[in-house]
Amino acid sequence: MNQAQKIATRDAYGDALVALGKKRNDVVVLDADLSGSTKTSKFAKTFPERFFNIGIAEQDMMGTAAGLAIAGKLPFASTFAVFATGRAWEQIRQSICYPNLSVKIVASHAGVTVGEDGGSHQSLEDIAVMRVLPNMTVIVPADGIETTLAIEAAAEHKGPCYVRTGRNKVPVLFGPDYQFKIGKAHVFHEGKDAAIIAAGIMVAEALKARESLLAEGIDAGVINMSTIKPLDDEAVKAAATRCGAIVTAEEHSIIGGLGGAVAEVLAESAPAPLVRIGVKDQFGTSGESEGLMKHYKLSAADICEGVKEAIKKKKR
Amino acid sequence: MAVNEAQIAALKDRARRMRIDIVKMLHGCGSGHTGGSLSATDIMTALYFAKMKYDPRKPDWKGRDFFILSKGHAAPVLYTTLAHAGFIETSELCTLRKLGSRLQGHPDSKYLPGVEISTGSLGQGLSVACGVALAHKLDKAPNRVYAVLGDGELQEGQIWEAAMTGAHYKLDNLCILVDNNGLQIDGPVAKVMGVEPITDKWRAFGWDVQDIDGHDMAQIVAALDKAETVKGKPSAIVCRTVKGKGSKCFEGKVEFHGTTPSKEELEMALKELDEAVCK
Ligand SMILES: Cc1ncc(C[n+]2csc(CCOP(=O)(O)OP(=O)(O)O)c2C)c(N)n1
Ligand SMILES: [Mg+2]
Repeated sequence: MNQAQKIATRDAYGDALVALGKKRNDVVVLDADLSGSTKTSKFAKTFPERFFNIGIAEQDMMGTAAGLAIAGKLPFASTFAVFATGRAWEQIRQSICYPNLSVKIVASHAGVTVGEDGGSHQSLEDIAVMRVLPNMTVIVPADGIETTLAIEAAAEHKGPCYVRTGRNKVPVLFGPDYQFKIGKAHVFHEGKDAAIIAAGIMVAEALKARESLLAEGIDAGVINMSTIKPLDDEAVKAAATRCGAIVTAEEHSIIGGLGGAVAEVLAESAPAPLVRIGVKDQFGTSGESEGLMKHYKLSAADICEGVKEAIKKKKR
Repeated sequence: MAVNEAQIAALKDRARRMRIDIVKMLHGCGSGHTGGSLSATDIMTALYFAKMKYDPRKPDWKGRDFFILSKGHAAPVLYTTLAHAGFIETSELCTLRKLGSRLQGHPDSKYLPGVEISTGSLGQGLSVACGVALAHKLDKAPNRVYAVLGDGELQEGQIWEAAMTGAHYKLDNLCILVDNNGLQIDGPVAKVMGVEPITDKWRAFGWDVQDIDGHDMAQIVAALDKAETVKGKPSAIVCRTVKGKGSKCFEGKVEFHGTTPSKEELEMALKELDEAVCK
């Protein structure tokens, strides 16, 4: 892990799209007046004829992407996560997932780290509402490297994909030799006393939490669950059996996202105490990112508390 | 309400002072939407200081006219207007976008009296305005409903769904003002996704349409007066505006959609706005 180096996952997406565009000329990109923010502007500059700005019309953008897909193109559609998955949810359901089309929805500015724009713009429900759709694959990359690989994998994958990126620069966690596979968790540390299953920017927080816990004699595993659907059930079951307690960590509502998905597996196949770190059935609010991470109890310190609570539950 | 020249001059000066508060507030905060706040300042001034009925001590007074900022990112101009109208203290403006502030990045009706509905996701405000207008029709109440929309915002399909509702139910108690500044985030509206001819569109949807200079205070007030006399259909006042109006630093510059003035830009803008007193 090279924590000193930082890249925003949206920047990695922008670069990955350009590389993909060079390799495949069926790749087309759509945006809804946020190309500077989602970073599709990089593709727009390199391949202006394959970029379509649909304007502030997210529903129309998803339908147009579906049309491009049935006519043989590989569309990537981007805007902020809240508008992509919220405003255009039914277009995604009816025109993309129901016919099982290879449309790749890559949304940026997810979670509370959007910051000052506030609750209207902080998507804390997108994983839940995308995960519930049949045929949909849901990926939440932890860093820039994983984002690049996830975009390549999404392009190869048949069917709809939702990839969630963030606004801020985040530490680089993976080396150049990292292998990403849709549906496969990456185990950073197996752990003994509890396992932290994290996604997105919370993976870096989980790794920090592990360090502090080690100093207190607690060996917490850290698993990067970047594919939330299809979930790596086997990795969840193995962690539950090995550690006997699970903590999930996500920059999302604790309802329906990673925590929800892991709870479903644990309840059905590997009962173990669970503590979900995430936003507790609330909307976001304005503030600077770091302050908001503390306010919503999403920091490494909060994960440490969660791990201790999970271990305590185990002993009951 | 017919207004005389002195009143127009007072409104213009009010708008000038509001612009000063807006640029100071945005500079202090370091994030927020400069361009779309400044283009709508004259419109907001005319609405709150020449037209609308409200009681800042009783924001939920039954007799009030309703205002909805459909282009919610222009929150700084709304907050400044609410401060000048007495809903909040001017000193609160510096809390913009800070953790715990009532002045959220986009207007939040949970926290701030005078904000009728939370906005920020574009395209949704006009439907809400139609709902408010329908309710007052039902009650045979005289209250009027106003909404300010962006020109880029017109790209949202929901706007045109609401346009049909407004005409179908003959909502002549409803009046929208389109801040037609010609710019959105990714560039000029005409380049990103053309919306012209805007006036013809609203007319075709069954609305009464006026096309005015959105920085000419007398024209704005006259258009609002005229809209009140329209019977049997809603009114759309399409206001030709300049994004970032008030200082050469921001005027017509797309990059000032979502960036805030630096120290130098603030000083330049304040100088221009101060000098505007003598004109
Ligand atoms: C549904 C939705 N999509 C995208 C955005 C992001 N966004 C904020 S402002 C803006 C451009 C608005 O342009 P316009 O309506 O012309 O406003 P103005 O020029 O007055 O600022 C966009 C795309 C949003 N707030 N809501
Ligand atoms: Mg505009």
